[in-house]
Amino acid sequence: MFSVSIGRGVARLPLSANETRSLLQAATQQKTVDSSLEKPQFPGASAEFVDHLEFIQPNVISGIPVYRVMDRQGKIIDPSQDPQVHPSQDDVGRISFYMTNYGEEGTHIGSAAALEPTDLVFGQYREAGVLMYRGFPLDLFMAQCYANADDLGKGRQMPVHYGSKDLNFVTISSPLATQIPQAAGAAYAIKRENMNRVVICYFGEGAASEGDAHAGFNFSATLECPLIFFCRNNGYAISTPTNEQYRGDGIAARGPGYGMLSIRVDGNDVFAVYNATKEARRRAVAENQPFLIEAMTYRIGHHSTSDDSSAYRSVDEVNYWDKQDHPISRLRHYMTARGWWSEDDERSWRKQSRKTVMEAFERAERRLKPNVELLFTDVYDELTPGLSRQRESLARHMQQYKEHYPLDLYEK
Amino acid sequence: MAAAARFFIRGANSKLSVSGIGPGAHSSLGAALLKLSPNCSSRLKAQRRHAAHFTFHPDPVPTQYGPTQKMNLFQSITNALDNTLASDPTAVIFGEDVAFGGVFRCTVGLRDKYGKDRVFNTPLCEQGIVGFGIGAAAAGATAIAEIQFADYIYPAFDQIVNEAAKYRYRSGNLYDCGNLTIRSPWGCVGHGSLYHSQSPEAFFAHCPGIKIVIPRGPVQAKGLLLACIADRNPCIFFEPKILYRAAVEQVPVESYTIPLSQAEILKEGSDVTLVAWGTQVHVLREVASMAQEKLGVSCEVIDLKTILPWDNETVCKSVVKTGRLLISHEAPVTGGFAAEISSTVQEECFLNLEAPISRVCGYDTPFPHIFEPFYIPDKWKCFDAIKRMINY
Ligand SMILES: Cc1ncc(C[n+]2csc(CCOP(=O)(O)OP(=O)(O)O)c2C)c(N)n1
Repeated sequence: MFSVSIGRGVARLPLSANETRSLLQAATQQKTVDSSLEKPQFPGASAEFVDHLEFIQPNVISGIPVYRVMDRQGKIIDPSQDPQVHPSQDDVGRISFYMTNYGEEGTHIGSAAALEPTDLVFGQYREAGVLMYRGFPLDLFMAQCYANADDLGKGRQMPVHYGSKDLNFVTISSPLATQIPQAAGAAYAIKRENMNRVVICYFGEGAASEGDAHAGFNFSATLECPLIFFCRNNGYAISTPTNEQYRGDGIAARGPGYGMLSIRVDGNDVFAVYNATKEARRRAVAENQPFLIEAMTYRIGHHSTSDDSSAYRSVDEVNYWDKQDHPISRLRHYMTARGWWSEDDERSWRKQSRKTVMEAFERAERRLKPNVELLFTDVYDELTPGLSRQRESLARHMQQYKEHYPLDLYEK
Repeated sequence: MAAAARFFIRGANSKLSVSGIGPGAHSSLGAALLKLSPNCSSRLKAQRRHAAHFTFHPDPVPTQYGPTQKMNLFQSITNALDNTLASDPTAVIFGEDVAFGGVFRCTVGLRDKYGKDRVFNTPLCEQGIVGFGIGAAAAGATAIAEIQFADYIYPAFDQIVNEAAKYRYRSGNLYDCGNLTIRSPWGCVGHGSLYHSQSPEAFFAHCPGIKIVIPRGPVQAKGLLLACIADRNPCIFFEPKILYRAAVEQVPVESYTIPLSQAEILKEGSDVTLVAWGTQVHVLREVASMAQEKLGVSCEVIDLKTILPWDNETVCKSVVKTGRLLISHEAPVTGGFAAEISSTVQEECFLNLEAPISRVCGYDTPFPHIFEPFYIPDKWKCFDAIKRMINY
C-alpha cells in the first residue's frame, strides 16, 4: 500500500517488504569495478549512460499524492483502508485533552496511536497531543507551563517544553531541528538493543530547512536506523509560507534523494495518519530503515500567543481550515454517522472539559515555584566546587537582601 | 470540541507568559509577553513586579545630526535600515520572517518601500543565512543578515568563525566580506529562559577578524548599526531585545554614525569604575546612584559599546583614576568578556588597584526560566560588590 521510491530513480512501485529490502541492499552496496561492462563504474551512483543532454526536471513526478482514508465529511472512501476503530470511554477521555495545537490534532493522535508506548519520541514543540495520548496528566502540562514546583523540568524552560522519562518523550528544546540527528542516533542505539522499538521524530516543514535536518536524514539512511521522520507540514513557519521555505515538492520529495521510503498523508485525516504511521513502524522495525511521513495540515492558531497571524495571512484562509477541513470535525462526522457521538455529548463534553481545564489552571497557579537551589543542579551530574561556591554566595546575598527577592513564591 | 480548543488557547493566552518558541508578529518579548488577565493572582502580579530589573535612562537629545524624532529601539533600527536601503542600492536585508517585518518588528514596511528583492525571507537555516550573507558581501553587496535570536546563532558558528572572520586574512586580502553585518536580538527579557535570553558575545570575542557591537538605547543603536554597516569588516550587532519597546529617545532621522571601538564615559566618578554594555549599562547607572546615596561612593560608569576590538584605553585610564573596577554582564562569569577586561586591566593597572577587580555576572549555569530573578546580576548584587570593594 505504500508508494515506494528507490535509490536515485523516481520509479514509484508498489513493492513488498522483501522486494524493497533486496532492492535497497542492491542500491546501497558498494560495487566492485568491472570495466568490461559498458556501464558507469563510478562508486557514487548506479545508473546507465545516456548520450543526449537532459536536465532532470525538479518535479519529475507531478506532485506526490496525499494519502487519505476519509473524505472531508468523514466518510471512509475505501473500506479496506478503514482502521476499524471502536469507541471506548478511554479514547474519548484522551481526545478531550489533545487540543492545544489547533488544527493539527489529527497528526498527533493518529501517529501516537500507531506507536507502542515504549517507542521513543523526539518532538519539536507543537505535539502536545502525542504526550497527551500517552497519558501525561493535565496537571503536569500545567505545572510545566507555570514552571511550578511540580514541573518535571524543574521550572527551567519556557512553557510547552514538556518531557517525560516514564512516557518515553524526550524533553523539548527550542533550537529547531536539533532533535533530528539526535533521533537518528537514538534509533541506532535502539536497533542494537533489538527490543522491537522505533524512534519517531516530529518536526515542522520550516525546521526541515535546517542543516541538522539534512544530517539526520542522511545519517539515518546510511546507518539504517529504525526511525520515523514525521513532518508536520502546516503551511507556515511563523510568517514564512512554504513557497519561501522550499521549491521542491514538499518534504516527502526529499526522501528519494536520501534513499528513504516516503509518503505524504492528509494530516487532517486521523485514520490516514494512523495507517501510515502503523505501517511505517512495522517496517522500520522489521527492516531497520528510516521512513519519512509528510503530514499535510494547517496551523489554524497563531504561531504562538505573542503572534498575530493576521499580519501575514487572511482570515478567510484560516476560516476555510477551521470550518471546512478540520481534523476534529472530520472525526466528529465519522463518529456521529455511527451514532458514537451526538450534539448532547458534544455540549456536555465541552462543559466538562472547560471545568477540568480551569480547575487545573487554578491549581497550577496557586502552587509554589521550585526551590531556588535548583538553579544550580543538573548543570553537571554533580554540583562542581565552583557552582557550589556560587550557590552559597547567592544564598548569603539573599539572606542579606531578602526584601528584594520574591522568595515567598518559591519552595523552601 | 473546536470551541473547547479555542477556549483552552485563549485561557493559555491570558494566563501564561507563553511566547511559544520565537514570538510572532506583535511580540515585544518585553512586557507584552507577560500578558496577565485582570483576575490574575497576586502571586503573578508579584512576579511581574520583580520582572523589571532596570530603569532605562534615555540619552540627552542629540543636536549635532539634525532633526530628531521619538523612536523606540526597534524603530531606530528600522530607521537605520531605511537610511541604508535608500542610500546604498546594493544593500539587501534578509533572514527568517524578515519580509513581514520580523518577529521584533525591526523591518516593518521596508519590503513595501524597497521591494521584495531587497528585503526578503530566507528558508529557516542560520548557517545558510550567514553563508549567504558572506557570499553576497564577497561579491560586492551590502549584506544585512538577521538571526532571529542570538540564542540561535550557533548553527552559523562555523560560517562566522571559520569563514567571515578569516576571509580577508586567508586570501591575502584578495577577498573579504567586510560588507556583512549580522543583527540579532540579545539578552534577557524576564521570562525567555534558556533559549531566548542568551548573551553569546564572549564566544565571538575569541575570534579575531569580526567586530561585535551592542548598543544601550535607540540613539546609540542607530549610529552604531550604521557604523557597522559602513565598516569594512564583518560585524555582529547584538540588540538588547528587552529595550526594543522599553527604550524611547529622540533619534536623528538622517544617517549618522557613532565610532566603533570607542567606549563612552556616561558619568564621571572618582572611587569605582563600572563597566557594562547593552541593558546592563542601565543597571549600573542606577547602582552608581545607589552607591552615591547610600555609601557616598562616587562611581564612573562606562558603556563599552564595542566588545571586539574593545577600547582598553578608556577603561584603563578610568581605573588608573579610581583604583577599582567592577564589570557586569548577564552571560556566565566563567570565560565571559569580563574576564578579558579584568586580565587586561590587571596587567595595565596593577599598581593602581585598591581592591580586586569584581565581576558581577551570570552564574555558570544555563539561563533559567523561573529562577531568572536570582540568576541575573541585578543592582543589589552589583551594589553589594561595590560595598565589598570599598571595604577591602
Ligand atoms: C535554530 C532556530 N532558529 C529559529 C528559531 C525561531 N523559531 C521558532 S519556531 C520557528 C518556526 C518553525 O516553523 P516549523 O518548523 O514549520 O514549525 P511550526 O511552528 O509551523 O509548527 C522559528 C523560526 C528557533 N526556535 N530555532
